[in-house]
Amino acid sequence: MPNFVMSYLGSTVTPGEAGNQFWALIYVLIIFTGVSVAVIAMNWIERKALAHFQVRLGPMRVGPHGLLQPFADALKLMLKEDIIPAAADQFVFWVAPLIGLLAAFTVYTVIPFGPSQAVSDMNIGILFMLGVSSLGVLGIVVAGWASNSHYPLIGALRSSAQMVSYEVAMGLAVVSAVLMTSMNEKGTGTLSMIGIVQAQQQQGVWFIFKFFPLGFIAFVIFSIAMIAETNRAPFDMAEAESELTAGYHTEYSGLRWSLFMLAEYAAMIAVSSIAVTLWLGGWMRPFANLLHAPAWDFIFSLFPGLTFGSLAAIAFVGVTRMPAHSFFKIQRIGLAVFAALLGFIALLLLAIAIVGRSADASLAARFNEGIDYVYWFVLKVAVFMYLFIWYRATWPRYRFDQLMRIGWKVLLPISLGVLVVTAIVGVIVS
Amino acid sequence: MPQNYVPIFLFLAVVGILIPITLLVARIIRTQSPNRVKLMPYECGIDPYDNARGRYTVRYYIIAILFVVFDVETIFLFPWAVKFKALGVFGLIEMLVFLGILIVGYIWIWKKGALEWV
Repeated sequence: MPNFVMSYLGSTVTPGEAGNQFWALIYVLIIFTGVSVAVIAMNWIERKALAHFQVRLGPMRVGPHGLLQPFADALKLMLKEDIIPAAADQFVFWVAPLIGLLAAFTVYTVIPFGPSQAVSDMNIGILFMLGVSSLGVLGIVVAGWASNSHYPLIGALRSSAQMVSYEVAMGLAVVSAVLMTSMNEKGTGTLSMIGIVQAQQQQGVWFIFKFFPLGFIAFVIFSIAMIAETNRAPFDMAEAESELTAGYHTEYSGLRWSLFMLAEYAAMIAVSSIAVTLWLGGWMRPFANLLHAPAWDFIFSLFPGLTFGSLAAIAFVGVTRMPAHSFFKIQRIGLAVFAALLGFIALLLLAIAIVGRSADASLAARFNEGIDYVYWFVLKVAVFMYLFIWYRATWPRYRFDQLMRIGWKVLLPISLGVLVVTAIVGVIVS
Repeated sequence: MPQNYVPIFLFLAVVGILIPITLLVARIIRTQSPNRVKLMPYECGIDPYDNARGRYTVRYYIIAILFVVFDVETIFLFPWAVKFKALGVFGLIEMLVFLGILIVGYIWIWKKGALEWV
């Protein structure tokens, strides 16, 4: 093994910090693949969950319980004809989804899955995230303009107005969280994503509970603004299908359309990650400061394995509940294989948890630690992803004037007020 | 720490290479038979009668201007938030003056009806 491969393995900083571009590239590829897989999984879960909210079954035919549906969709989109309207600006039309994707994915450079489980950690991390994620609006505007059609143009205008409106409230909510990071002995806060989580670790409190209810209000403002930022229901004015057919991507078809979908879901995961990092303690497990004995560490490190174990158990129950007719034989076998795969991952994770505990400071222990960090981070983000689906199933769409009123006349004054009160409380406390 | 910024370009490169490759593969395997009707802008079945890039309401422009004002304000708050405790009461009062000016402007645009959307 070359030196630059091995030298990073024992390191406790991110590859970007260590200047090791090889491992940075590995991390980038892992994150890119992971996000893409998460989007595919999200596609299935969303359709399934929405169906169950509406007392339907959802996809059931392609694979057991429709598990292969996203792959069938991907194949369909690949084979579909790609239409670029004659009146469209060809080059801009081509480049628009790419801008959206680059904006949505570049954000993942600084997302801290763990103290060293991030591609890079900049001292302006949160500013970088806000800046790059707001570049996504550029892709939407450009797509709507290039299409040279009425619906996409109106969708793009609406979407850009909505995104910039909610970004103001979002930014102010972020400032009040950054303010909380400076409540230490040195009196200096941080904008680095890893630093923000470490500040919560040192202060022994997730910022959502800090100065209760101030942190909580800021968090709620952020979580409302992030739904509007990503154009999701109930704020999905940009693609209101009853008014604008599909909004800014009306003229897009085939794989090019799916790039917009990928960008939207990647952006959803990214903003959820910001919320988790700023207010929900990032990679920290619950009660990290109350229950910090080694025994508790061990119990919490069993969670990843147990999660996959219970998923495997659910899948096995699904196998037994499938119809006994021979027509379903291949589906039963498929689901059983899937369950076995989940069970195997569960056993692997449990084994790592047990081995990593006995051998201290070894590679296994570091690996175990890393899995814990990533697990808790991803679990928190997954809760947000489920909430996105739940909102979509529960709430009707807002009207556009209502949407702007909420952004400018409700969220902005509240977030300003929270910021000022947080600052005053902070000065009084210190 | 300039080395921290290099992975951004790695990420850009990975996305910027993999996605066009996917598009290229799709281009090779899919069918392509455009005709005049297919290439018309979509308008629920009726023929489009004018160019889409016409006029639209000025409200969007006002929102964009307001956004610039408030977003720059937010950016100004970041350095103060980082140094918040070190700056103490002095910094707080300074920031309250700064925010006060902006809030006066905010109340003015509210009264002027720039935030109404009708």
